[in-house]
Amino acid sequence: MTHTAMDLVWLIPILPLLGFVLNGTLALVRPAAKTAVSVIGVSVLVAAFAVAVVVVRALVAAHPAAPVVFTYWQWMPVGTLQVNAALQVDPLSAVMLLVVTGVGSLIHIFSVGYMREDAGYARYFACLNLFVFFMLTLVLGASFPVMFVGWEGVGLCSYLLIGFWFNEQINADAGKKAFIVNRIGDFGFLVAMLLLFQHAGSLDFTSVFGTAPTVFRAGGPVITAITLFLFLGCTGKSAQIPLYTWLPDAMQGPTPVSALIHAATMVTAGVYLVARCNLLFALAPISSAVVAGIGALTALFAATIALKQWDIKRVLAYSTVSQLGYMFLGVGTGATVAGIFHLATHAFFKALLFLGSGSVIYAMHHAYHAIHSHEDAQDMRNMGGLKDYLPWTWVLMWIATLAIAGVPPLSGFFSKDEILGAAFARGGVQPVWYLFWALGLASALLTAFYMTRLMRYTFHGPNRTGEPARPHLHEAPWVMTGPLLALGALSALGGVLNLPALVGGGARLEHWLAPVTEAGAALLPAHEASRGTEWALIGVAVAVALAGMVGAFRLLQPEALLPARLAPAETGFARVLWRKWYVDELYDAVIVRPIQWLSREVLWKIVDVRLVDGAGVNGAAATSRALGWIGSKLQTGQVGFYVAVFVAGVLVVLRLAAR
Amino acid sequence: MLLGPSLAVAAVLFAIGVAGVLIRRNAIVIFMCVELMLNAVNLTFIAFAQRLGVAGQIFVFFVMAVAAAEAAVGLAIILAIYRHRESIDLRDINLLKG
Repeated sequence: MTHTAMDLVWLIPILPLLGFVLNGTLALVRPAAKTAVSVIGVSVLVAAFAVAVVVVRALVAAHPAAPVVFTYWQWMPVGTLQVNAALQVDPLSAVMLLVVTGVGSLIHIFSVGYMREDAGYARYFACLNLFVFFMLTLVLGASFPVMFVGWEGVGLCSYLLIGFWFNEQINADAGKKAFIVNRIGDFGFLVAMLLLFQHAGSLDFTSVFGTAPTVFRAGGPVITAITLFLFLGCTGKSAQIPLYTWLPDAMQGPTPVSALIHAATMVTAGVYLVARCNLLFALAPISSAVVAGIGALTALFAATIALKQWDIKRVLAYSTVSQLGYMFLGVGTGATVAGIFHLATHAFFKALLFLGSGSVIYAMHHAYHAIHSHEDAQDMRNMGGLKDYLPWTWVLMWIATLAIAGVPPLSGFFSKDEILGAAFARGGVQPVWYLFWALGLASALLTAFYMTRLMRYTFHGPNRTGEPARPHLHEAPWVMTGPLLALGALSALGGVLNLPALVGGGARLEHWLAPVTEAGAALLPAHEASRGTEWALIGVAVAVALAGMVGAFRLLQPEALLPARLAPAETGFARVLWRKWYVDELYDAVIVRPIQWLSREVLWKIVDVRLVDGAGVNGAAATSRALGWIGSKLQTGQVGFYVAVFVAGVLVVLRLAAR
Repeated sequence: MLLGPSLAVAAVLFAIGVAGVLIRRNAIVIFMCVELMLNAVNLTFIAFAQRLGVAGQIFVFFVMAVAAAEAAVGLAIILAIYRHRESIDLRDINLLKG
């Protein structure tokens, strides 16, 4: 193999790992050395981004048909199971690499400002660097087990960072919830891996995808089971029905963490997994329909909840769940490119929205802190009219809002339209996709509505922060607004990544990802929409987006809103939405409490106390004490007795020996 | 030469020794019975040495040497016990009772 710049790929995950080691050491030894921590934490990410650019450029120059695999050492050589610690560079991992390191760098820079006054500054950056390391392992891994290491690792870092302020019970609980819910999904991933190994005999991406069309019968039960278990893993990691409940709670973590882990990168791992395995899903039409259906349903369901949330971050959290649903609609439809495209543009505008909300929360927190008030700095009812105080954030968040709502020509318009177009086109072959398309369109309407609602309540109308706190509201420092500007540019212009041929674009992402997707796409039923239909779809999508925004302007009255502490409780259907359809309560009643009851009444009080402690531990002690008592009674101290026993024993042995 | 009778005498001697150890309570007597058993074994060795070579006779010397050493140590212990307890009745010596 000739040496190319791609050989440097090992540096990309190692750099953040180095940052974790250094920052972790500083966190233990000298937590106050904030300058050193910022320099290390940010520079390793920027360096990783630079290396990623070099590697991707080399990949563009070489443009190999097969993935370039770098094997470093044997990891698990067990019989026929040969797992190597290997990384792979191909067009799909290249896209993910640039998104993770690029958006990650911007968020690291933002964190320098946002977390500056936090006592756990070094610990924060150590965890953030570790997260990036695992995320890069996830996207670069050349086999399912290596990917699984990253998959589990990002879950760990997510747990550590959600519960970053662990002194408060609610934060620790949120971290625990995220971890446990993710375990359910990880179980699916594991089962899928074992099934794959059983049937395909390998876990490397290249060999699995090479043999899959011959090993698996298309539409057969085995491949359907494998892909459904894989998707169970995705529902956990990427917060889809029924395992989405952890993501809104994950907003208890610091806001940059929400932007990086719970919007831009980690939660998209499931989409990446389905895209990576697009060939397997193409072989299993039922699973594809499940993926697309769950995605469309989640998109609509989460969007309805977002309509009535007051916490600015919760709105964005449900919006993330909803947008992830779109991505699954895309990859489930077989439009892998559209899904990945939306993943990238979503990373831009959702990171921008989260960082913007971070900027707002930062201002609100400082204003309330200055007057020693304990008002909720994240409740939109306490905001209003912030555009006069945070002009940059205001403008940039509007760009992101227009992008997510799907207003042309911003990035979200192209990616969302591509997904809806693909779903509609597939409806021509399988009519159920018309339903998925309709669900997607309905959520587009709601998306436009709730995002406009968020913007109006936060930035427009009268200010409800309170007279004493108002003079303390001001824009965040440049280290925070700088990354916002970069993300704003990306959100606005991200569409050029994959301009459709319809508007004279080159569909560059589609050509770029062709080596990854063409094998799977060949298995799908052909579905092409005519140009007229495509224009009509675009028209409908834009009309829906505008209707949502206009509706939000007409129906909502920020003037009538009261600050959070004066606001009356919600009633009727609004209350159902505000309480998130009571899904948490339902899970609590159906799953959590029965398990707790079982654990407490049966596993603890019977199995543990009576069986393990009683029969097991104390039983063993009592048995040996009884045996010891018998043994001690044998010791009479009478030499004659010993001799008699000895002689009897010798006689028995002699008798046996003489036989 | 006379193998059978020699072994018979040795067996009787050994049985007397075992019976003495089992029945008697006086430590000195028991000790002497042990010596009786050792000598019964010696007699067996000698008897077999006629047939199987001189090794048996060599063993007898070893047994005698060990018996002498054992007699020295054993008598010293019995003496020590007597000084301590004014008795050499084994029924009184039961410190190892569980």
